[in-house]
Amino acid sequence: MNENEIKESRLRINRRHFLSKMSVGIGSAALGSLLIPSLFEGGSQQEALEAAIPHFAPKAKRVIYLFQSGAPSQLESFDYKPLLNKRMGEDLPPSIRDGQRLTGMTANQDKFPLVGSFYDFHQYGESGAWVSDLFPYTAKIVDELCIIRSLHTEAINHDPAITFFQTGAQQGNRPSMGAWLSYGLGSENKNLPTFCVLVSKGDGNGQGVYSKLWTNGFLDSVHQGVQFSSGHDPVLYLSNPDGTDFRSRRNMLDKLAELNQHQFDDIEDPEITAKIQQYEMAYRMQTSVPEVTDLSKEPDHIIKMYGPDCLVPGTYAANCLLARKLAENGVRFVQLYHQGWDQHGNLPREMAGQAKDVDQASAALVMDLKQRGLLDDTLVIWGGEFGRTNYCQGRLAADNYGRDHHPRAFSVWMAGGGVRPGVVYGETDEFGYNIVRDPVHIHDFHATILDLLGLNHEKLTYKYQGRRLRLTDVGGKVVNPIIA
Amino acid sequence: MKSITRKKSIFSLGILAAIVLICCQDEPAIVTDAVVPSVVNFNFHVKPILSDRCFSCHGPDETDRQAGLRLDIESEARKALEENPGKYAIVPGDAQNSELVHRIMSNDPGLMMPPPESGLTLTDTEKQILKKWIEQGAEYEEHWAFIPPVKSPLPEVSNPSWPRNEIDHFIMASLDQKRLSPAEEASPERLLRRLFIDITGLPPAPSDIERFQEGFSEMTFEKLVDELLSKPAYGEKMALYWMDAARYADSYGYQDDEVRSQWPWRDWVIHAFNQNLPYDEFVEWQLAGDLLPDATKEQILATGFNRNHKITEEGGVIPEEYRVTYVIDKTNTYSTSMLGITMECAQCHDHRYDPFSQEDYFQLSAFFNNTPEVGIEGTVTESTPSKYPKLFISQAEIDSIYTFINAPDTNMVTVSVMGDLKDSVRQTYILNRGLYDQPGKPVEPEAPEAVLAFDINTYPQNRVGLAQWTTNENNPLTARVFVNMIWSKIFGRGIVSTVEDFGNQGDLPTHPELLDWLAVDFMENGWDIKRLVKQMVMSTTYRQSSKMNDRNAQLDPQNVYLSRMSRQRLPAELIRDHILASSGLLNPEIGGPSIKPYQPDGIWEVTSSGRGSLRTYVQDHGDDLYRRGLYVFIKLTVPPPNMLIFDASNRDMCELERATTNTPLQALVMMNDPIILEGSRVLSQKLLEENSNIEENLSRAFVRILCRDPDEKERAVLMEYYNEELDRYTTDPGDATRFLEVGEYPQNEEVDPVQHAALMACIHLLYNLEEAITKS
Repeated sequence: MNENEIKESRLRINRRHFLSKMSVGIGSAALGSLLIPSLFEGGSQQEALEAAIPHFAPKAKRVIYLFQSGAPSQLESFDYKPLLNKRMGEDLPPSIRDGQRLTGMTANQDKFPLVGSFYDFHQYGESGAWVSDLFPYTAKIVDELCIIRSLHTEAINHDPAITFFQTGAQQGNRPSMGAWLSYGLGSENKNLPTFCVLVSKGDGNGQGVYSKLWTNGFLDSVHQGVQFSSGHDPVLYLSNPDGTDFRSRRNMLDKLAELNQHQFDDIEDPEITAKIQQYEMAYRMQTSVPEVTDLSKEPDHIIKMYGPDCLVPGTYAANCLLARKLAENGVRFVQLYHQGWDQHGNLPREMAGQAKDVDQASAALVMDLKQRGLLDDTLVIWGGEFGRTNYCQGRLAADNYGRDHHPRAFSVWMAGGGVRPGVVYGETDEFGYNIVRDPVHIHDFHATILDLLGLNHEKLTYKYQGRRLRLTDVGGKVVNPIIA
Repeated sequence: MKSITRKKSIFSLGILAAIVLICCQDEPAIVTDAVVPSVVNFNFHVKPILSDRCFSCHGPDETDRQAGLRLDIESEARKALEENPGKYAIVPGDAQNSELVHRIMSNDPGLMMPPPESGLTLTDTEKQILKKWIEQGAEYEEHWAFIPPVKSPLPEVSNPSWPRNEIDHFIMASLDQKRLSPAEEASPERLLRRLFIDITGLPPAPSDIERFQEGFSEMTFEKLVDELLSKPAYGEKMALYWMDAARYADSYGYQDDEVRSQWPWRDWVIHAFNQNLPYDEFVEWQLAGDLLPDATKEQILATGFNRNHKITEEGGVIPEEYRVTYVIDKTNTYSTSMLGITMECAQCHDHRYDPFSQEDYFQLSAFFNNTPEVGIEGTVTESTPSKYPKLFISQAEIDSIYTFINAPDTNMVTVSVMGDLKDSVRQTYILNRGLYDQPGKPVEPEAPEAVLAFDINTYPQNRVGLAQWTTNENNPLTARVFVNMIWSKIFGRGIVSTVEDFGNQGDLPTHPELLDWLAVDFMENGWDIKRLVKQMVMSTTYRQSSKMNDRNAQLDPQNVYLSRMSRQRLPAELIRDHILASSGLLNPEIGGPSIKPYQPDGIWEVTSSGRGSLRTYVQDHGDDLYRRGLYVFIKLTVPPPNMLIFDASNRDMCELERATTNTPLQALVMMNDPIILEGSRVLSQKLLEENSNIEENLSRAFVRILCRDPDEKERAVLMEYYNEELDRYTTDPGDATRFLEVGEYPQNEEVDPVQHAALMACIHLLYNLEEAITKS
């Protein structure tokens, strides 16, 4: 074989390998001609990851997920239950609890005294959605939001619950949602990672986040989330060493590619060309990441929208602003985490602090996207990993109480990206304990997100260790009533 | 409880043909080679088809089960069909009257199985396999990994002069079967580098490369293998795997994450591998060293294995909750690291895929439930470097007996170890839904029956008994799992590719007879680990070139059948080792407290609660900066980022296998991590101190890093790059000075900074080559 034939044969191998792994979903015929060029151009440096084809016309092109880690209480935010105030201190009727398991933290309690929200609720907007006084900025934009009050999960502890939300399974080692989207839809840009992670921390009781939450699992590592930080390097090891500059770095990379390519010609291991591509991506990140993370050029009215914290690197507000910039630059999935929502005690005080951290900036993000025309195809999601009990954990005082984990019913909101605005979906009983209308399981939630992005959740699969695995595992129904 | 009849395994070469169906469904070229074997084997031919295409509706999961039919259980599969009374899915020996056969052969959309809407299909070969299996009696079989291994005779091969040892017979037989041909032998210099890395984790020194310039004879190769196996670096290399398995770390984990002192246990692991402690004793000491008659302190130290788990120091936790958490961690770590099964599913409910009930799980946990440990000894403010039970070893004992412990000057070393309650036995219960405060039925210590019956007349019902059961020659898992793990490290992929999961969800072995042969041979030869490693690296299979041959690359791109040697990117720690060793920076000191090398600013501080001695990162200086990768300090909540980026274990839980990824972040580490720049600076300085000829220095650096001579093209590119960098630094000597300012190793002011910086840039380029961090 001559050189071209060899290259061609390598190309065929990769393509076949890729197609078979790619699953039954994303029409193989279409893919055959439309493939991600980087996987097939053995020696080429033009390794842009082009978007793969969706299953049907997408409404959203990207996602910003504002994850509230630790699980904010739905009863002090979006699920208004005056009955709990009326019956404050009364024991939760066993008929309502109905066998719900308890965490280690309240399992020993002999009483489950109901506790109403310390904060008042009011109705807002045309939709008349109830929002607590802790979220004044969010309250103002309820007509942009779809508030789901009927989410439920099986997990009752943080680690499995957050892992479930992120990966569709409670055990680790499955790809995170961002990784699935990167795999299913590819990249919209050539200079930034497809899946970016931003972490912040409030003063409330926190549970930490860990890199396994943004793992690529069994998918290729190009789909892994890349964590941005507020330190000297926005991405670790991003800066060139002293005494070098971009021109000398470019020269180094050219020489490096030449030598790596030379090795590839001899050994023919595709990993070598993949390595060349990763260096090119790294090089582009060195330019584009500092540009995108530089918030100093944002005009005053934007700073005002997000609040003064947005100029303090590493805060939730700064991360929201950065998320907008990343979305603007075509990052497919921006995953924020704000820690500190685990209010087993001191809920009124801690939750006020947490809400203050996130309320203004979350609302600003939605409106900022809207004014830039980006909200139509950017899906914003706000919520935690489960809800909190309607009864008090620990001692109940007039101005202080705690709430334990409650997986049976909790609230999240979504905005933009083809979701119906101004909608309140689902309902819990007057105790706020059980769902009485339109339950949405996590698998349904995932199926709906994928649907908005033009992907059929049953077809976005990857065969691993003999099983065709998907984000929605073996469940999931698209929640059509919330789709515009 | 369960009754499982053991059936003799019937591996035959014919099986291999159809295995491809299973392992390489994504490789159509091979599938077309598949034939229906003359004797259909349930485990290797039938179950993969059933479980992949049928079990989702006709398997263990009740919620999705259709028509009340399940095919995963023999008795159920043979029952009359609920929806078709009088008809049966499977009639053994009678394909005609088996509804299953009708349905899979049917083209009627209303009848055919799998149904069209499932999107699943069966190939003709698969249909024939199912039909033939029914014709041959539709026998079900126990899961392959629970049947004890037996040595089968060595298969015939097409080229009898190719095999050097038994491994090669099995490998070549499967290559023949696939019509693949083995690669030629690797060049001596590549083989030399491969061998050094596999056995010691370090590259050969220039003097080693010179020694073997002429290549190897059988005798010199074997002598070199023996020589490498006797180097202390061998124990360090092996310890790295075991530290992942044992989730070794230098802090307690959880929120405040204070420092702990388990490193003497790590020093023992290195020592044990270097002394070639047989694997059965290695297991026994770690599980039950404290309970052995007249236990030595060394044997007790080994039990630190079971105390490496995270320990909380958070005020206000419920002690019993955490005590139980530690028992669970021990149980899971034991079953994954030593048995290659994931038991944790059975913590909350009966296992969905494997024959382990919740009762099995808590019986197993009972072995670890009798320690005097408490859930919390104290909060971070009163933290101690080890927790009860703990072992005290005095400096005098270290100096005289336990010389393998590299203790800094101190009166006493303490380590958390195992111990049992003295005068009572803590009753273990099945914990409903795995919750510590939901005890159900009481259970006694027992190991899972599905693996091997735990006869209480044979084994004491304590950890000694568990160790004996684990290393009993009839235990079908222990030897297979260990042999397979070592194989995966050397050959790049396990014979069972799911190294941590030999259960039903794991992959089938690609070379079942080879795995069994190796496992039995390992046990027959006294669980001799060095012998096992030697056996693998002495094989012809191991000595193959890693070049892709076109036919083989097409038929087997993932190199499942080893028609060449697989190339593997070095693990994180060995990348560090490679740079330190080849640059001459390496401090070869063995053991001792872990060290804190360069790390980006602020990353501990950002996540710290503000409490404890690890709230700020205090970097080490001097020689400690240049210790091997396995000594880098692991703070559980913030593991070293440059290691994690290269897929190192976060040590949160037992891991036998690491992913190998290829990401832009890795490129950033290689380009900008100070230790790599410093290695480049120091090597260029050393070369320039000895010799001013640049061309020669470039070649010498090339040899030190890649262990081979550069070819003409490579020389030319490097020289060109050198001259360009030289020009740049001549124009701006300030840049040269700044470039050289990386790292703490002293700079020789006598060396011309411009030349120095230009050569440093070239060496830095060499370290960034894909080949530099790849075992080729």
